[in-house]
Amino acid sequence: MSGLLWGMLFGLLAGIAIALAALFGVWWERKVAGRIQMRFGPQEAGPAGLLQTLADTIKLVLKEDITPRLADRRLYRIAPLVVFTPVAMSLAVIPFARGWAPFDTSVGVLFFLAVPSISVLGILLGGWASGNSYATLGGMRGAAQMVSYEVPRTLAVLSVVVLAGTLRPVLLLGRFQWWWILATLVGFVVYLISSIAEMNRGPFDLAEAESELVAGYFADYSGIRWAVFMMTEYGSVLAASLFGSVLFLGGGWPLSGALGVVVLLVKAVLIATLIIWVKWTLPRMRADQLMRFCWTVLTPLALVQLLIVGAVVPWL
Amino acid sequence: MNIDELREHLCGTYPDLCPLFSIEFGDGVLIVDRGRYWSAAKDLKDLGFDRLGMITAVDGVDDFEIVARVTAREMGAHIFLKTHVPRDEPAIETLTDLWPAADWQEREVYDLFGISFRGHPDMRRILLPDDWVGHPLRKDYRDERIIRRPDYI
Amino acid sequence: MAIEVESRTPVHDEDGRAVEELVLNVGPAHPSTHGVCRIIAHLDGEVVTRAEPVIGYLHRGIEKMAENRTYLQIVPLTDRLDYVGSMYANWAYCRAVERLAGIGVPERAEYLRVITCELQRIASHMMSIGSTGADTGAFTMFVYAFDVRERVVELFEALTGSRLTYCYVRPGGVAADAPEGWLDDVRRVVGEMPARLAELDRLFFGNVIARGRLKGVGVLDVATAVAWGASGPVARGSGVGWDLRKSDTYSLYPRFDFDVPVGERGDAYDRARVRLWESVESCRIIEQALDQIEPGHVHAPGLPRLLKPRPGDAYDHIESARGSLGVYLVSDGSPRPYRMKVRSPAFCNLALLPLLAPGHTISDLVVILGSLDPVFGEVDR
Repeated sequence: MSGLLWGMLFGLLAGIAIALAALFGVWWERKVAGRIQMRFGPQEAGPAGLLQTLADTIKLVLKEDITPRLADRRLYRIAPLVVFTPVAMSLAVIPFARGWAPFDTSVGVLFFLAVPSISVLGILLGGWASGNSYATLGGMRGAAQMVSYEVPRTLAVLSVVVLAGTLRPVLLLGRFQWWWILATLVGFVVYLISSIAEMNRGPFDLAEAESELVAGYFADYSGIRWAVFMMTEYGSVLAASLFGSVLFLGGGWPLSGALGVVVLLVKAVLIATLIIWVKWTLPRMRADQLMRFCWTVLTPLALVQLLIVGAVVPWL
Repeated sequence: MNIDELREHLCGTYPDLCPLFSIEFGDGVLIVDRGRYWSAAKDLKDLGFDRLGMITAVDGVDDFEIVARVTAREMGAHIFLKTHVPRDEPAIETLTDLWPAADWQEREVYDLFGISFRGHPDMRRILLPDDWVGHPLRKDYRDERIIRRPDYI
Repeated sequence: MAIEVESRTPVHDEDGRAVEELVLNVGPAHPSTHGVCRIIAHLDGEVVTRAEPVIGYLHRGIEKMAENRTYLQIVPLTDRLDYVGSMYANWAYCRAVERLAGIGVPERAEYLRVITCELQRIASHMMSIGSTGADTGAFTMFVYAFDVRERVVELFEALTGSRLTYCYVRPGGVAADAPEGWLDDVRRVVGEMPARLAELDRLFFGNVIARGRLKGVGVLDVATAVAWGASGPVARGSGVGWDLRKSDTYSLYPRFDFDVPVGERGDAYDRARVRLWESVESCRIIEQALDQIEPGHVHAPGLPRLLKPRPGDAYDHIESARGSLGVYLVSDGSPRPYRMKVRSPAFCNLALLPLLAPGHTISDLVVILGSLDPVFGEVDR
């Protein structure tokens, strides 16, 4: 019984956490993007523009709820939730402090890698249910991209798992040693790039920036439904940054306890800033270049990382 | 190449074009009649005029005047080719087989003047909507929405 | 943005499979900053098999309007032709008028014309390169390029009072002399510019993703470029080293020492880089002009405001940022021209789109359109 209650409480907290992460994430992105572009970003709403995202969210909530005439109504409405929920769930397994994760399971790493893949179904649903054949094509392209980039990401994560000898995130963090940062550097880079591609962000946002020319998979979504897609994106940024900090940078290391949590959050924000920086500097890759990059560059690099780790393990 | 060299070059290669050549405002002009238009253009192309700059028309009182301007990059020369087309039968050969650049230029002339070009691969309006009635750049084009500016002079 | 997707009836290809061709209407309202152009694209899967531009959405009848205005009243109309490059659009028209009426232009006016036209060329190229960046998703490149453009536009605002359409170059000279200190400001801006342009080169053209997006896209070979009347960076990107400033040596250009950048492969990458390096060369020209300019009249003294050129016709052209921009004027002796024809380089270059697009994907179609750099004020008139 307490497990169910705890699960529901966590669901509520995770929802709030993601909402706050999205609020902060959007604000941070706009500030960083602004500075990269020699301008300030939001300044007016609230101190340093902090309330800007809140204002935008209120505006979105007040918008008329439109469902396209040709759309499949039920699927159209489910799609944003199918995309969002797995990402929220994946936050549960992250060990925020040494020895504690909201959902401490012995297959936590696998959980984190596998569960957000369900979002792919949501993207396909959203593209299909919009009733717009070009949205469908955009959705399929996005899904293909996400599925492909899971391979190098999983291989990169696997290298840390091999070093630690466990899939349980709490235990993994407990066994962390400082030189792992150096040994898994290649894996970290591969993980980061693959995560950006998984999130349909940065130079890999062809599926949604198809909307530069024609409809992307969520172009027929407006108002709060679109906001859910955006929250998913920033939730993914948060989750990927946190998970990357835990696996490759040692979480709260060198500090522990409450300060360790702060250090973890700082590391996550730094990684998130890197992700934002990459998006605003680089142009977008074309679909075929994107796929070629995954299979001919990232996947071999991930395998190289595995070889490095494999060479190190006998010395442990 | 200056204008006299051009005249010599032209007269040397195509003597029958020579009397049709004149100089106006410092530019060489070749005025031919309708039947000779395409072959004169071909001769110019063989002479080395490889770039078509523009083809346009002017609505004269009794007829239309077609004006084409071609350039020879290597020689550094340019020349105008002019001909006249009667109002009641505004048609002439196309130059697209000599210079593909004529394609859109001639479509524009057709659109705005109503002069059709025989042999053009795609003779339809380009600037105005497909269902427009009339050819606006003609001097006798009337539309009640046109406001004539007052004649202070 | 209206998207009509209609499928055709299936046909069977060589292997006997049913193939449906998708017709995509890329509507007149573009998300990319290129203006009102409708492209009807026929797609086989993702590959474009046919792309036909439909133009005329910005046709305002400028040539017809010109028949109803005096020669001076037409100058603001020419501003709105190539609205990204008003200075040289005015200049092309004024050269034709001066040729027709036999007007001489004082030297200081000619120097000011060269300085403003070259500055305008830089501003226009920055808009083009920035749009290329925005098309490929590098929004920061767009902002950086526009920042360079902003320096130029600020100068023009100090000179003419406007930011986009200046009506500055008039038949017989220019509208007014440069305000005090303006030439020093120009010198300062132009001195800083090559470094910023080199930075843009590194930021965007040096980037491996940008190269992947632009190289090999929309390749135009020399023969096609010449046969189809391409001019400007579109032709020079393919290796056709034709620039009116060197070949026709009009105005004061023989007095300046500058190079004309020429590409090799004729793809979008070369065209965009030609524009970037042309901007650097423009900086050189402006610095030399600033060294040589002397005080004097800026307008032909004693010129009547109402020009009545003798009957006849005249054509004159300049090298604009898009290519060879020419104006053909026919006069019947009255204060209004009998006919004005604008030979627009963007119009001629845009005719190349159906040749360049097939074989590429939809993402490349926008890049190709951007690399042709059309400004629809000029295309449609």
